[in-house]
Amino acid sequence: MDKVMKKVFWCFAALTMTVVAFMGVYIIANGLPFFKHTSLWAFLTGKNWMPSGEIFGIFPMLVASLYATIGAMVIAIIVGVSTAIVLVELLPAKLAALLSAAVDLLAGIPSVIYGFWGLMVVVPLINDLWGGKGAGSSLLAVIFILALMVLPTVIRMTEVSLRAVPNEYKEGALALGSSRLQYIFKVQLKAASSGTLAGIILAIGRALGETMAVILVAGNTALLPQSITDPVRTLTANIAIEMGYASGVHQQALFATGMVLFVLIIAINLAMHMLNTRTERRERRESKGKNTL
Amino acid sequence: MANKIIKARDLSFYYGDFKALKNINIDVVKNEVLAFIGPSGCGKSTFLRILNRMSDLVEGTKVEGSITYNEQDIFSMDPIELRKGVGMVFQKPNPFPMSIYDNIAYGPRMQGIKKKADLDAIVEDSLKKAAIWDEVKDKLKKNAISLSGGQQQRICIARSIAMNPEILLMDEPTSALDPISTLKIEDLINELKKQYTIVIVTHNMQQAARISDRTAFFLLGELVEVGPTDKLFDQPEDKRTEDYITGRFG
Repeated sequence: MDKVMKKVFWCFAALTMTVVAFMGVYIIANGLPFFKHTSLWAFLTGKNWMPSGEIFGIFPMLVASLYATIGAMVIAIIVGVSTAIVLVELLPAKLAALLSAAVDLLAGIPSVIYGFWGLMVVVPLINDLWGGKGAGSSLLAVIFILALMVLPTVIRMTEVSLRAVPNEYKEGALALGSSRLQYIFKVQLKAASSGTLAGIILAIGRALGETMAVILVAGNTALLPQSITDPVRTLTANIAIEMGYASGVHQQALFATGMVLFVLIIAINLAMHMLNTRTERRERRESKGKNTL
Repeated sequence: MANKIIKARDLSFYYGDFKALKNINIDVVKNEVLAFIGPSGCGKSTFLRILNRMSDLVEGTKVEGSITYNEQDIFSMDPIELRKGVGMVFQKPNPFPMSIYDNIAYGPRMQGIKKKADLDAIVEDSLKKAAIWDEVKDKLKKNAISLSGGQQQRICIARSIAMNPEILLMDEPTSALDPISTLKIEDLINELKKQYTIVIVTHNMQQAARISDRTAFFLLGELVEVGPTDKLFDQPEDKRTEDYITGRFG
C-alpha cells in the first residue's frame, strides 16, 4: 500500500513539475524567435512600442514596472513594519487582534476590487489634487494601489518574526535600562530581520507580477513617464492588454515581454532562496557552537 | 549595618487576586552578597524582580508597601533610571543575537556614548571584570550566541557591569549551567562583591552557603528569616527554616 501511495504522490509531483517546465518552454519557444526580428538590447532599451509599425521597445514599461515596484515597496516597508511593531509591542492584545483581522481581510480582497476602488476613488483624487496627463490614472495611483496590496504580506511576515523574538531579549534589554522603543529598534527588529526580509522579497514578487489592479489605474500609455502623475504601462499590463489581438511578430514580442518578467521574478526568488539558506547556515553554525563548552 | 541601599517595608505583591508576597521587610546592605532561598513558588524571584521593577512587565499585578533605593521610592522613580543603578542577570543566559562587542556596548550606547575609544575601554573593562576577557578578546566580532552557556552567562554579567550599576540582581544565574561553569560564576560573584552589591536568588542551598554573606529564607510568600549565612544554616531561629535546610521539605 505504502509503495503504491508513494508512486501516486510521485506522479502528482512530477505532473506539477512538468507543467511548470512546459510553461517555461512554451514562453521561451514563442518568445525566442522574436529576437531574430529585434535584438535583445534594442528590445530592452528601445523607447518606442509601436506594434503596428513593428517597433518593439519595452524600456518605458520596464521602467514603469521598476518604478511602481520600488515606490510601492518603500511605502509598504515603512507602513508595514511600523504597523507590525504597533501590533506586536504597543497595542493591547484585544485591539491588536482586531487590527490583525483587518490585515487578513486586506489580504483576502481580490486584486480586481483593489483596481476598481483605485479607479473610482484614488484616480479622481489624484486628478483633483495634481491633475496629470492621464486625468489621475498614473504611476502614483499604481504605486498607491500596489503598496496597499502588498501591505498585508509585509505586515504579517514582520509580525510573525517579531513575535518569534524570545521574551528573554526584551527582559535583557529593559534590565539594561533601555526604553521600550530602544529595545524594539536596536534588538527586536535586528533579531527579526531575516523573516522581515523574506516578507519584503515576497512582496516585491507580488508587486512586480500584479496585473489586473494595475491596468485599471495606470492609464496604460507605453511612454516613458516624466513625472509621477504621468500614466504608465507596466510589463504585465502590456501582455494582458495586447495578447487578445496580437499575432505574428507582435505576439512573439509579448512572449518576449513575458520572458523578461520571468527572469525578473526568478532573480527575486533566487535572491530569497540565497538569503534563506544563508540565514539557515548561520543559525546551524550558531547552534553547533552552542553545544561545545 | 550601615549603608542600607535598599529598604523594603511591608511590601506585598499581588498577581491578580493572588497574594504572592506578604509584608516583606528586608534591607540590602552595600557590598554584601545577599542570597534568597526557598522552595519553588515561595516568591523569592518575584521579590527580586520587584527590586528593579521588571515586575512591571507582567500585567495585572499590584504592589502595597514601599521599597526605597538610596532613599528614593522606587515605585515613583523612572524605571529606566532605576534599572541603570540596579542591573539584572537572568536564569537563562540571554545575550542578544549580535556580536560580543555589541552586546557589551549595548547599554553604554543607549546612554549616548558614541566614541569608539570610550566604548572599547568599557567593553574591555567589563569583560575583564566578568572574567571572560581572555576567552573572547580575539573574537569580539563573533556572535555571542555561538558561545557556550557558561560563557554566555558571563557575557550577560559583563553586559550588566558595562552600565556601571550599584546593585546586581541575579535570578538563579547558574541553574542552566554545568558544574564547572557554575563554579566560575561563583568565583566571579566573590570577585564582584568588592565593587558591587549582589542579590542572588538560588535553588541551591550549598551555593547560598558558599557565596553569600547573608541569606533570606522565603516560604509561601513570607520572609521567614534573614540573617548572616553561617548563622542561618547552623542555628536557624525559625523551625520552618530548619526543616527546609535539613531537607525535610522543599
